[in-house]
Amino acid sequence: MPTFMRTTLALCCAGWLAATGPVLADDAKPELKPVKLTTTADHTKFKELQQVFNSGPEVTKACLRCHTEAAGQIHRTKHWKWEYLNPQTGQTLGKKTVVNNFCISVASNEAACNSCHVGYGWKDASFDFKSEENVDCLACHDTTGNYKKPSGLAGNVVTKDMEFPPGSGKILKAIDLSKIAQKVGKSSRDTCGACHFNGGGGDGVKHGDLDSSMSAPEKEVDVHMDATGLDFTCATCHKTSSHDVAGSRYTPTAKDSKGAHLRGKADNGNPATCVACHDNAPHKKEARLNQHAAKIACQTCHIPSFARGGIATKMTWDWSTAGQRDAEGKHITKKDAKGRIIYESRKGDFTLGENVKPEYVWFNGQVTYTLITDKIEKTGQRTPINKIGGSPSDGKSMIWPMKVFRGSQPYDPVNKTLVTPHTAGNDDTGYWKNLDWDKAIAVGMNTSGHPFSGKIDFIKTEMSWPINHMVAPKEKALGCVECHSKDGRLAGIPGIYIPVRDNNKLLDTVGWAIVFLTLLGVFGHATLRIVTARRH
Amino acid sequence: MSERIYVFKLFERFWHWSQAGLIMFLMLTAFDIHGTYTIFGFEKAVAYHTIAAWSLIGLWVFAIFWHFTTGEWKQYIPTTEKVMAMANYYLFGIFRNAPHPFKLTQLRKHNPLQRLAYLAIMVCVGPLIWVTGVLYLFYDNWAAWGLTALQLEWVATGHIIGAFMMLAFLIAHVYLTTAGHTPMAHIKAMITGWEEVD
Repeated sequence: MPTFMRTTLALCCAGWLAATGPVLADDAKPELKPVKLTTTADHTKFKELQQVFNSGPEVTKACLRCHTEAAGQIHRTKHWKWEYLNPQTGQTLGKKTVVNNFCISVASNEAACNSCHVGYGWKDASFDFKSEENVDCLACHDTTGNYKKPSGLAGNVVTKDMEFPPGSGKILKAIDLSKIAQKVGKSSRDTCGACHFNGGGGDGVKHGDLDSSMSAPEKEVDVHMDATGLDFTCATCHKTSSHDVAGSRYTPTAKDSKGAHLRGKADNGNPATCVACHDNAPHKKEARLNQHAAKIACQTCHIPSFARGGIATKMTWDWSTAGQRDAEGKHITKKDAKGRIIYESRKGDFTLGENVKPEYVWFNGQVTYTLITDKIEKTGQRTPINKIGGSPSDGKSMIWPMKVFRGSQPYDPVNKTLVTPHTAGNDDTGYWKNLDWDKAIAVGMNTSGHPFSGKIDFIKTEMSWPINHMVAPKEKALGCVECHSKDGRLAGIPGIYIPVRDNNKLLDTVGWAIVFLTLLGVFGHATLRIVTARRH
Repeated sequence: MSERIYVFKLFERFWHWSQAGLIMFLMLTAFDIHGTYTIFGFEKAVAYHTIAAWSLIGLWVFAIFWHFTTGEWKQYIPTTEKVMAMANYYLFGIFRNAPHPFKLTQLRKHNPLQRLAYLAIMVCVGPLIWVTGVLYLFYDNWAAWGLTALQLEWVATGHIIGAFMMLAFLIAHVYLTTAGHTPMAHIKAMITGWEEVD
């Protein structure tokens, strides 16, 4: 055989094999389980911890005797400050400042909200952010699961049984801080989840891709956190450096083109991206998919839906219907067929969703918030709580999945701003107690330090949450046809050509017309031949 | 009195029928991918279409080699001689039982219209489909090949135009196989290699 033939034959065979490989081969190699790292220190042996602790700060003081710099590190983080200056937009963000369309805002509600602060005693603006002993080590380092920070106590813990709220007859049980302190360890899905699974005031409410099903998820729910498989904790990806947890929803990394992280590499960027481990060309068998990954975020295909763990996430929240009472003047609660709350007098109407298909947008990582200082107009359009930046042509955007949370919330129609109502609180002005918007908003706005006209209206808002968690096993990733079809998942995404979605109607019409005319000609010709053949 | 001529050699017949099968399978999967109907579904149809395409490329390499080593490529040199006579025959003569204007021999086994049609397919439709098809397959390599200005839409549009043209050709070609000495004469010839001529 001449060399030319051998070469071309080899080339064709190689192409054929490359094409058939993905179809004919099915490899399901067992994955190795990671070796669990254990600590070199047994905290039960430490004299400093063998004592009765009467408060959280007492524990912290004991911690700081050895971990001398820990509090100082915490002081620099968002988890402590609840304040963040977005370098891209110049906006001052953070939980302390932003307004959302769930429970709306923190100001004047600190005693309740701040049970999720990594500190003790933040009940109002007088909180001392320089205090080292007010840093809460146990919120993240508890391993017993017994550590609790009840809502209403400004992030403090209960060390003696107490009635709360006073006069309610409800008893908050004391926790044994000594036992908890002697069992400290690395953060876990449970410690992070104590707050992050419950954002928005309940299990799964806010994120949609984070809920208590992630405490010990099945592989189907999250391939990385799979409790009997890879068993990642949150910190496996959100790798902490000096107590600062990487991966931020204020400045997300929408497009990571820097490849997998190597030890010793100078600028490693965000370690919590998919690319940080999987690199920029992770599809080994189907190289074509790597080209998809140049424009489509990994999450778009690999998180086919959110709220997959059996816990519903809130999809809408209409505050404007709050405040109804029954005939006796009492608060009402309505539930759906599954026993999930869909109306509360103190909150209004909700809708819930499980296995929710995300919405998709071009996203470049720039998120601009509508802050309380921003003017808003009531129009036919929903007011964005956060504007998601991005376009097909800016070179920085990828197509991302989002949970878009829509609601209606109080605003000031005269000053044209969002408002910060006083909701939680066992007092006369707290909306959740007295259902009186006038008092609640006046007090809340006074606390947050912004003008309030006294007029109240409701405005429709929406907030976008990039979906990152609940990564499905690869077999469950989106199939081609989810997007390569008319009215597929990316139906409204501009700026790209998607085969099938963007089939040219004119081309199809002309093409089929030519085919049809050919057939017509052929049949006409055949008929004539048959007819004339009979005559001869 | 009819005589028999050996026109299609073994390799040629193997080439023809395997190519016919592959092209029809490519058509079937093509319009599945295009969303005209669903038999395999997009994902599988793409995979099968790709396998069939590589198989056909392989077959073509052999066919091109065969054509040049045997000199059979000369069968496709276009000619204007008797083109009008052929057209006249298909448009009128065939209905009047007129004699076929083309006398087939081993060295001229395609009539002048066939020559033109096959040449057009080979130099226009074929390359259009292959170039756009290979670009489609290697979509992820465009940047590495320096094809930064290339648009997927152009490639896709070219490939679809090629597909429609090939389909139209296929219909006409299959029909014209019945326009021989007897309706089955050409088809028999492509199976056995022997064509009966007047």
